[in-house]
Amino acid sequence: MTLLITVIAAVISTLIWYVSPKARQLKAGVLLYMFWGASLMWLVDAVVEYIEAGAEFFTPAAADMLNDAFLGVSVVALALVVWVIFLLVKDPTGQLKKTLTEHK
Amino acid sequence: MACFLAPATEAVVTTVLQKVIKKKEENHAEECHNDGKICFSDKLGWLNGMLWGGSGLLAFEHLWHGEITPFFPFLTAASNPADTAEMLHEIATSGTAMAALVTLVWAGMVAVTSKLSAKTPTPQKAGETA
Repeated sequence: MTLLITVIAAVISTLIWYVSPKARQLKAGVLLYMFWGASLMWLVDAVVEYIEAGAEFFTPAAADMLNDAFLGVSVVALALVVWVIFLLVKDPTGQLKKTLTEHK
Repeated sequence: MACFLAPATEAVVTTVLQKVIKKKEENHAEECHNDGKICFSDKLGWLNGMLWGGSGLLAFEHLWHGEITPFFPFLTAASNPADTAEMLHEIATSGTAMAALVTLVWAGMVAVTSKLSAKTPTPQKAGETA
């Protein structure tokens, strides 16, 4: 479930990055790196689990699925927070600097 | 258990490598940017991004499952020898496979972009043919 949520997040962020110049300016590429990197790594985890458990891998217990979904959503939230911090630090549009100097 | 340590270690190495290569490209005034091509250090940045990003999110997952702790010895499995052996085995198998897969995907990306930039006529080359 975590892998599925991360892959969906990776695909959505890739599409946004591809179609929107504004997204590229706002460093959405950082999200791509995080989501695709984690997706590939969790894919390896999933393959290893499949080799060990066989078809049972596709029928997880409801409680496990819920916990994994909760983890997946938390991972997406964490990645978004990292991206926002990166955005504010880099300040590619100069908006933060402008706002801070206006209030001086 | 701690499989993310393998890609994280690779990330450290590639980050250092990227810094060294970037310095060399600047010192030798490489034509990668002028030529409309992507510098190798920039391409290495994609690998760094995926390795650091992926390892970071995986570290969070391990924290979620109680496999890493914010206090010494940081890795729960390091507290007894049997778990440590299992952890090292996992790093060697899953961790290495993760690092290898990310690197393989990155190599594919580099190959595709190199092919595309070779096909795209640079302004200088276009001027020569016109």
